[in-house]
This record gives sequence, structure tokens and C-alpha cells, in this order.
Amino acid sequence: MPDAAPLLEARHVTKRYGGGRLSGEGMTALADLSLTIHAGRPSITAIVGESGSGKTTLARLLLGLVPPTGGQVLYQGQDLTSLTGEQRRSFRRDVQAVFQDPYEVYNPFYRVDHVLTTPVAKFKLAASRAEGRHLIEEALRDVGLRPEEILGRFPHQLSGGQRQRIMVARAVLMRPRIIVADEPVSMVDASLRATILGSLRKLTDERGISILYITHDLATAYQVSDNILVMYRARVAEIGAVERVVKHPQHPYTRLLIASIPKVSTTRDWLDGDEAQSGGIAAPREGCGFMDRCPVAMPRCGTAMPPLYRTEDRRAVACFHHDGAPELMPGEMDDVLVTGQGTGAPP
Amino acid sequence: MSAARDIASNAAAILRVEHLHVAFDHPLGAVQAVDDISFTLLANERFGLAGESGSGKSTLALAILRMIKPPGRILDGLVHLDGVELSALDQEAIRRVRLAGIALVPQGSMNSLNPVARIRAQIADALADHGVALSKAALEARTADLLRQVGLRPEVATLYPHELSGGMKQRACIAIAICLRPKVIIADEPTSALDVVVQRQVMETLARVQRDIGAAVILVGHDMGLMAQFVDRLGVMYAGRLVEVAPIAEIITRPRHPYTQMLISSLPSLETRGTLHGIPGLAPLLRDLPPGCAFHPRCPQADARCRTEKPAVREIEPGLQVACHHA
Repeated sequence: MPDAAPLLEARHVTKRYGGGRLSGEGMTALADLSLTIHAGRPSITAIVGESGSGKTTLARLLLGLVPPTGGQVLYQGQDLTSLTGEQRRSFRRDVQAVFQDPYEVYNPFYRVDHVLTTPVAKFKLAASRAEGRHLIEEALRDVGLRPEEILGRFPHQLSGGQRQRIMVARAVLMRPRIIVADEPVSMVDASLRATILGSLRKLTDERGISILYITHDLATAYQVSDNILVMYRARVAEIGAVERVVKHPQHPYTRLLIASIPKVSTTRDWLDGDEAQSGGIAAPREGCGFMDRCPVAMPRCGTAMPPLYRTEDRRAVACFHHDGAPELMPGEMDDVLVTGQGTGAPP
Repeated sequence: MSAARDIASNAAAILRVEHLHVAFDHPLGAVQAVDDISFTLLANERFGLAGESGSGKSTLALAILRMIKPPGRILDGLVHLDGVELSALDQEAIRRVRLAGIALVPQGSMNSLNPVARIRAQIADALADHGVALSKAALEARTADLLRQVGLRPEVATLYPHELSGGMKQRACIAIAICLRPKVIIADEPTSALDVVVQRQVMETLARVQRDIGAAVILVGHDMGLMAQFVDRLGVMYAGRLVEVAPIAEIITRPRHPYTQMLISSLPSLETRGTLHGIPGLAPLLRDLPPGCAFHPRCPQADARCRTEKPAVREIEPGLQVACHHA
């Protein structure tokens, strides 16, 4: 471990919603997840999974938007709930967010400049108006926008892709060390996704910013990320270097996910799958959450929760079919992750 | 199921769209959202309409159903459904054609169901509205049957939309869409809000239901992977025009229009990393279209002619239409 305290760390984090006398047991959105992001090792880690798998909950916990029910989220070794005023300001600068909807984040009555000038003023990023303007223009250029086409416009005058890139520019403006991007391209056209994800990749490669890319789109995750964390029902199903996980998935859920992607091919076998409904809402009380959908489930899977087995240097899988490989302890999660090497994605 | 569905063997046209024009009134002048579109849908066929947002694909789908609301209006064009010319029908007659003749599975199933009515009531409404009077027992049996057809348990009838998952809601929408056995189902990005595993299951359901009731499907969307796996023929839209129509295998192996080529290459691959390419530039504003071919500012093959002369839609091979000077 090169650095003393990691920049951002989730330690045995659990988040439950509901629960109580009226609503019964409640719902576990995230169960005992540990993840570390070190400052000196920039990389893009994709967090993929279906809706309800806990990926957005993880993002919200890491951003300090919701407190965990169990465990801790630490910023430079300090629990997010006990940051001092100064530490909180520094956290708010270092850890930036980009959200899914490029339509809802704008106030339609303000020019788009507002979302850029506000952080400059609040965080005193510039000594003068001119310097502030310069910073904003630079941030816009960083994400492939021409400032003269953007500044002074109202949100409705810009496309969804432009608006989303402004949100990335806003994050960049803060000179953050981490960006948590929750479905940043799911609402923009396929043709524009590449450009926005390309800007994110550049931030990691050129600015050393680590990015958590939260998505349900495995194909874009594969294209821009170094690592991937596949979530299923509040837990990590598989984690590791993206190349290994996508090319040779080991968890039955990861395999299902990859097989479900419709491919641009003249081989038409996509509609010949198992049309059966997915498991529904109720997870089994004990055992592996994927058991009810798993084609290779064993009796054992219903009795205990599989731990993460480190099947390779850069991969761990939570599946009893890999029992025999050493267990990956929660504190060792980042051991299987690789540092950013670039994918050659276009800028 | 045979992947290569034989279109030629049942070559009866079920829907014919001829020179359809839709405009939206705007203070700066009318905007052509659908510009002279013609195509034919064969019985039992699955036809795709692909393009970026703003290309006019959803407007075209709504125009077929005569559901364009002001400030939009249909300027011109004919839509024949099974021999009946829809633009000649009065409001009441077209209302009867919707659902019974052409059904729409709308975008975002989350919002299209009535949140305060049970699924049972919503299916009953659809039937009653089209004059299907059933006894309570018969209605229950019909509802259970419809739900089973889309892979839902009959008990789902008693649930409210918020009690269903996204995939279940979309299936419920399909159940409503097929309740009168329409000849054409228009599905407007039916799975864009669902994750891939559920998307695949819902599309399998749609494909099976379509075969069961013998309907043709128009699938509107921008996911070329989905199109490649689902449709028989694809129409590619750009700036309100149909710029290429061809059998799907042709589109994949030999896309003729440069825009189609870029649409396919913009899809992220799972084979090789670092192959993510966007389409440079932005889709043009419909109210400020470039002269000549609307795609020329983004087109690598554009020359002087493309900048001045709007390419006509030409049939370059039987069943293969392209609007490009270079095709």
C-alpha cells in the first residue's frame, strides 16, 4: 500500500431501506461491500448490474448523500459523518458526481453558465471574474465543447449530449480526484455516448482522475473501463480486470448478462433464449441471491452466501463453483483491480 | 425458431405509408419532422425504424396512428391499413382502428399505465372502449388468458402498476396492445428503460405474441443490436427522412448510406476494446436543415453535389432503397 489513508473507502458498508414494525424486514440495497479508491492509482472502475442491484446506492453512499446503515465510508481515513467543516469542503471538491439525467439538473430559467459559475464562486476557484471565465472555458474544451456555442445559452437550446458534457465539465472544473458517474450516458444517443465516455477516459489518462462508472451497459463499460464490478442483489458477484471478466466471465450472472446483449450480427440467436420471468422481487433468505435464476445451482448454494473467491490474480468471483480458490478478504478488494492503462478510446 | 424468416412467402402488404409529411408549427416557420416518407409493411413482418433522437421516428409512428397533436399536423400523405385508407376516416372511426387495427406499445411503460387502476381494470377499459362487452367471468378468463400470453401470472390482474417490475409493466402494456388482436403492433423503444436481461425476455415475449396473433411489428429504436436480432427489414431515418430501407442482413453486412455505416460502427463492441466511435457532429436542427443532403456536414464522403442537391430515395436493388448520391 503506497499511500497511508486511501482517498475514498467503503468499509463493510450496508444500506437497508425500510424495516420497522409496519414495513417488516425492509430491503437491503447494499450488503457488506468494501471498496477502496487510492489517489495515486487512477483508473476507471465500472459498476454494472441490473436495476435494484445496489449500484446507485453505492454511488450515493460514496458521495455522502445517504448514510450507511452499517459500516463506514471514509474520506482520507475520516468517516464521512464526522468530517470537520474544512474536511467537508475538501471532500466536496475532491469527489464529484455526474448523474443520469441531463435534463433535470438544470433550472430552465437560468442560463447554463449558472451551473458553472456557481461552483467557481462557492469554492473560490478563481481570484477574478476573468480567471473564472478562463477556467470555465478550459473545462468546456476538456469535454469537447466549444465555449462560444455553450455559454449564454438556456438549457432548452442545447442537446442532451451537450448538457451532459456540461455536467462533466462542471465536475472537471473542481479539479476533483474522483468522479462518480451514475449512468452518465444512458439518456443520450448511442452516437454521442462515445464522445462523452471518451472525455471521461481522457480525464483518467491525462488528469489522473479516478472514475466510478455506474452503468447497466456492459458494452460501454468494457470499452472505457479498466476494472469491472458486477453487482447482483446488493452484493458483488464478480470483480476484476475488465478484459478478463468480459471475455471469460466466471459468475453465472455475468455470463447471463453478457449473453443478453443483442449483437449486431447476422447470426440471429438472441430471441431463442429462456423467456422465463426473472426471479421477481423476493430474494432467498439465505444463500446465494442468484440461486433462483442460476442454471448451475447446487444444494449448497441455498444454505450459505458464497464468499469472493480469488480465482485469478486480477479477479474474484462470489460463486461456490470456484470453491478451492483462496477467499478474497473485504480489505483486499482493490488487490484484484488494475491501474488505468488506457484503452485507446478516441478523445 | 428459424432465424431467417421468409418474407417473400407471405408478401401481402398489411400497411402502406405513402408520401407522409408531418410538420410542427413554430414561430420561425413550420418544421418538417416527417418529410415525404413511404414504406410498405408486409403481414407478419418485423420492420425496424432506427435513428438518433430527433430524427422523426416516433413522430412517424404517431402519424401512422393519426395521433399527432398540435402544434404538429399531418400535411399530406396516405396510410392504408389492410386496404382501408386511414386519412379518410373520421375521428370516431380512427379511434376504433387504434388498438383494434394498429396497437401502440408506448415508450416508457412506467408512465403509460394508469397508476391508480389495477391491471385488470385497464384491460377491461381497453376492451369496453372498443365495444367488447363481456360478462364478469368471461372478462376474467380473457384477462387471465392475455396475461398468460405475455408470460405473466393471472394474479397480476389484481395488482397496481407500482407493484410490478419494469419488465412486468412492459408485458402488461403488450397484453393491452394485443387484446383486440391488431394487425400491426407499433412498439416505440419498448425496452429502453429495462436492463439487458429483462429486455431480452420482453422482446422474446413480443416476438412470440406477434407470431401467435399473426401481427406485423414496427419496432422504433436506436439500438442497432436490438434491430439486428429482432427485425426482418430496417428503415434508417435521418432528419425526418427515410435514408435507407433494406433487409436487416444487408444493412449489417453492407450498409449503403454513410449514416447507416456510422450508426453501426458507433455501437460499442464486446470483442475489441478501444473501438468506441461516435458520429462526429450533431444531428441537425430540423428548423435549420443544411442545404442539399441533410447529412453532408457529418459525412466523410460528402462532395459539392451533396452540399447543393438533396438526394432522392432510389431503389438501387430490388428491396433496397437509399437516399445517397454515392450509393
